[in-house]
Amino acid sequence: MGVEGLRQYFARRVIQAVVVLCLVSLAGFSLLHLAPGGPAAIYALSPTMSAEDLDRITHEFGLDRPIHVQYLSWAKGFLTGNWGRSYRDGRVVLEVIGDRVPATVILMLSAFSVAVLLGLASGIVSAVRQYSLFDHLATLGAMVALSIPTFWLGLMAIYVFSELLHSLPPGNIGTVGAPFALADRLRHLILPAGTLGVVMVATWSRYTRASMLEVIGEDYIRTARAKGVSQGWVILKHALRNALIPLVTLAGLQLPLVFSGALVTETIFTWPGMGRLFVDSIGYRDYPVLMGILVFTATLVILGNLVADLVYAVIDPRVRHS
Amino acid sequence: MSAAVVAAAAPAKAAAPEALAGIFWARFVRHRPAVISAVVIALLGLASIFAGPIAMRDPLHIEMSHKFARPLAKGHLLGADELGRDVLSRLLHAGRISLTVGLAAMAVTVIVGAVLGTLAGYVSGAVDTVLLRLTDAMLSFPPIFMLLALAAFVRPSLASMTVIIAVTSWMDVTRMVRGQILTLREQEFVTGARGLGASGARIMVRHLLPNTVGIIAVAAACRCFRVADDARAANALRATVSFNPWRSWRRPL
Repeated sequence: MGVEGLRQYFARRVIQAVVVLCLVSLAGFSLLHLAPGGPAAIYALSPTMSAEDLDRITHEFGLDRPIHVQYLSWAKGFLTGNWGRSYRDGRVVLEVIGDRVPATVILMLSAFSVAVLLGLASGIVSAVRQYSLFDHLATLGAMVALSIPTFWLGLMAIYVFSELLHSLPPGNIGTVGAPFALADRLRHLILPAGTLGVVMVATWSRYTRASMLEVIGEDYIRTARAKGVSQGWVILKHALRNALIPLVTLAGLQLPLVFSGALVTETIFTWPGMGRLFVDSIGYRDYPVLMGILVFTATLVILGNLVADLVYAVIDPRVRHS
Repeated sequence: MSAAVVAAAAPAKAAAPEALAGIFWARFVRHRPAVISAVVIALLGLASIFAGPIAMRDPLHIEMSHKFARPLAKGHLLGADELGRDVLSRLLHAGRISLTVGLAAMAVTVIVGAVLGTLAGYVSGAVDTVLLRLTDAMLSFPPIFMLLALAAFVRPSLASMTVIIAVTSWMDVTRMVRGQILTLREQEFVTGARGLGASGARIMVRHLLPNTVGIIAVAAACRCFRVADDARAANALRATVSFNPWRSWRRPL
């Protein structure tokens, strides 16, 4: 694929991305509005709230208009950079999301970087020494890690490290009221990142192992060995490169998570990130914020998959994208 | 991985499927962890099927004087919950739901994912584009969002839960399989098969799909645990929509 071909491919993918974003936002908007309960339902819980007040609130939110009118007005605002205001506190949606992204990126990136490195390393060793003691232990560990529900692991981590040992804080991104200190931030990061990392390591090591095993038996590996290439070089250069395709897919699939966060872990550790923002916004039926998160995530999904497709062609030049 | 070896042997031994089954069985029996796992799964299945006679107690019987009984206390092997109901009995009965939904949803997910992934990777062109943009769209919704939205319109039952979970989780497998197929279809054995006059369908089913078995197995294993997690997460987030009135394994927690 030459430069011209690449440009055409890119242009086509961008057009497709716009179509997907339109469909996703339309579907998401409809689903939100069709689901029972609405933003005004929260206010209805107040005993002093009169029916007229409720109608007025509904009218001010613009929720009494036909749904297609509401969608078009949202879409128009979205395209002009006005993503609306949160029903909860009246803040601009872009600002609400922008506030949460850094915390999520810090949490997810630290969990990911450790998990991917450990997962790759243990997966490679497991594949090279298949059915060794290490392989059996790694397999057992991965199965245990994948079987444990995240919320239970998180609660146990809080119980052991905060409640019994008093060594690590149980939640939040930093000590409340204290000035910013790196050591304090790191201490708050360990438990949530560790909890997330456990499942990620298991996933990455399983995929790496399976993918390496497919490759290791191939003729070209035997040829490389026969030529006298060193074991380490055979594994890293000849085997790993050919085993990378599923790992690139996995990375592409997980890229959106780096920005959209982890719902359960962030909720348990009261981490002020995107995952918790989403959970809270669902509770409040905060439509503008939910739509913002949805479109933001959709863009990242499309980007992640596009990058994966481009990297396939770099790893294996035989891959052709029509 | 035994599956991969079997798959690699497939083209040569295509004429004798019983020989393949024999190789698979021989390797399976020699791999002790696999045998132990199979036995454990079989025991879990049997325990759930015969939950009534084994548990002896009614999982729904409320006994407030037994509230939060410790394990082995007051005749409860694993203790009692906040309403004094027997935890062991509840676990055994819940296993019926969790095992059924977990295995069925995983099977549907893997089959749909493998078929769509193979088609997208091999046929390419418009088919690839449409299927991939569909996966993009489906992946864009956080799983909880989809689960809640679908659950609001569908009456909960074993079958509908299986379908809902499968509908929201086939995309990972599709992308994994498609990525593999993209490189596999350029390899010599595919060119060879095409040269011998094999049809597209035959190349996909006999030559490409068997080579993705390893990745599919990992995806299925990772997926299986998350199925139960999805059902529980929908509960744990205290959704206003009642997603799962059934007692499943994650509920007692």
